Amino acid sequence: MTTETALRVATAGSVDDGKSTLIGRLLLDSKALLSDQIEHVAEASRRRGLERTDLALVTDGLRAEREQGITIDVAWRYFATPRRRFVLADSPGHVQYTRNMVTACSGADAAVVLVDARKGLLEQTRRHLFVARLLAVPHLVVAVNKMDAVGYAHEAFARVRDDVAWFLGEETKATFIPVSALAGDNVVEPSRAMPWYDGPTLLAHLEELETDDGEGAPARFTVQWIVRPQSAARPDYRGYAGRVASGTLRVGARVRLLPSDETTRIARIETPRGEADEARAGESIVVHLEGDHDVARGETIVVESEPAPRVTSEIVADVAWVHKTPGRPGATYLVKHRAREVRAVLESIDARYDVATGAAIAGGDALDLNALGRVRLRTSEPLCVDAYAASRATGSLLVIDPATGETLAGAMCV
Amino acid sequence: MLRGHLAALEDEAIYVLRETVATRERPVLLFSAGKDSIAMLHLARKAFAPARLPLAVMHVDTGHNFPEAIAFRDAHLAGLSVPLVVASVADSIARGRVVEQTGPRASRNALQSVTLLDAIAEHRFDVAFGGGRRDEDRARAKERIVSVRDAFGQWDPKNQRPELFGLLNTRIRPGEHLRVFPISNFTELDVWEYVRAEGLAVPSIYFSHVRGVFERDGMLYAASPFVERLPGERVTSAQVRFRTVGDMTCTGAVRSSAADLDAVIDEVKAATVTERGATRADDRASEAAMEDRKRQGYF
Repeated sequence: MTTETALRVATAGSVDDGKSTLIGRLLLDSKALLSDQIEHVAEASRRRGLERTDLALVTDGLRAEREQGITIDVAWRYFATPRRRFVLADSPGHVQYTRNMVTACSGADAAVVLVDARKGLLEQTRRHLFVARLLAVPHLVVAVNKMDAVGYAHEAFARVRDDVAWFLGEETKATFIPVSALAGDNVVEPSRAMPWYDGPTLLAHLEELETDDGEGAPARFTVQWIVRPQSAARPDYRGYAGRVASGTLRVGARVRLLPSDETTRIARIETPRGEADEARAGESIVVHLEGDHDVARGETIVVESEPAPRVTSEIVADVAWVHKTPGRPGATYLVKHRAREVRAVLESIDARYDVATGAAIAGGDALDLNALGRVRLRTSEPLCVDAYAASRATGSLLVIDPATGETLAGAMCV
Repeated sequence: MLRGHLAALEDEAIYVLRETVATRERPVLLFSAGKDSIAMLHLARKAFAPARLPLAVMHVDTGHNFPEAIAFRDAHLAGLSVPLVVASVADSIARGRVVEQTGPRASRNALQSVTLLDAIAEHRFDVAFGGGRRDEDRARAKERIVSVRDAFGQWDPKNQRPELFGLLNTRIRPGEHLRVFPISNFTELDVWEYVRAEGLAVPSIYFSHVRGVFERDGMLYAASPFVERLPGERVTSAQVRFRTVGDMTCTGAVRSSAADLDAVIDEVKAATVTERGATRADDRASEAAMEDRKRQGYF
């Protein structure tokens, strides 16, 4: 657990909940916007005949977004406070762009979901909360926005907080912060208007969150590329390049190669920073093994003494369908898991999730764009997977259309 | 040794480079002799070391570059024993593929897209690595790490592939190609700190020097044979440096006494204007100047 690396934060909310304004406020008040960017937004606001500077224009960078006054695609913003670095992924509220919320959440350490204090729990908000929970974003923050529009009343905040907590259920913990992105209350600067709230500001809360990149999980390493110089100087060099997905690999450790099921030891580890005794989750390394092994791209290396992954062709997974081509039982797809691509048949749709209630509706003959559900996949070759709940890195898959190459769905192994 | 934040960025970039090269046939790395492409080339060499680079390196040469940048390009690549493919805008003009702009505000910046797309087609490259960063510009902030270009080289920002779980989908249809941005998540400051930590050489124009400049639209331009001056534009001598290395026709200088990496890094930390806002006329053309050029196939 660390606060040393950047915190990746996904933001989401319904249309007009003011999330782009919130991000603009966060960047402005933490002095992460430079003068030309502020001037640009001020100028663009004036040109639109707006009375005050529209902070949403900071992130709404595409023509269509500015023309329609909405956010279409995820925008990444980088800023740092004296305490912490942040990467913000601002995702759109419109239902047709929910796939981008999935994109933003899939890599996030924390999700900030905005709720309009006047409107409470709308269907879009339920969808966002449901996506954040399904994607198992480690930290969930609910920013109850537009407190200025409800007279900064504690009751308005408490009502939203109780509704959201009820919707999330007891197992999903969230932090609730009353804010006004427009006026700046509790975003970066503490509010004077809400003496009944004694918690941290949004930024202060985010600065304290710890990230877990899977260092504590069992070691998983999938070979991306085989380094073979075949040069006179290094005739026998053969290294396996890849990124440690979870856990820690150590020189000397007894390891198992999957799915080939051979065992050996780690002879050497090279990192981009030089030779090392060990490599942790997230590091891009080159592994050398003792003895001769015919290791190909896609082979997974695990530590023998640790819990093994499932090596299976039968995969049950929750999916977020992110393409207009619907998913249908019987269809053949490509599945990408780590550095491995195999063919797979969608055997059945076991359930579709009603995001408004959180309920699972059994069965279904298609998954349309933005649908969330549970499916069974049968792959042409076995994959080494973990449950997504245990390891986001090794429990996740892409479903790809073999004809077009488009990404159709993200899948999380059950 | 690199630690923490910079090491994590290095790991991510190397992962992207390896995954792309492993899954595509004919990769090319776009090298401009700017700091971003210098860092990217260094990361690419690390990703595949000790083997040779399994990709081509190409410069889209407008013919309007800073002479220092071209000298650096040739010396740097020769030192690394990396062969260079040059795609020339002058050739595109000579062949009638594009028409040279004229007048004091003429620039070959936009013409580069055609030269780049022609070169990608000619060499049958299926993926081009670019040093673009998301902190550079509003349109770049929306860019994926792996970004598809259609058969016309166009970017469709409203219809981008979702990038989920850090998994990279590098599949394309015939005629399409990919633009891949391994250092998407670096900021300007990260690149400089990476350059310093790794001891990388960069062109001399990044550091303070005395040069003949003239002022236009609030920007300082280097006096050069490529830019026709307007009446009243007088060349004076100034102590400046460049925050970006682009064409002499559209890259502005900043007044600076930062003569080494430490001083440059201090200056970037204290900067109140973004690098492109300060020094790139090409981005000032309109609210969505970068988006419009990217849609047409720009880097």
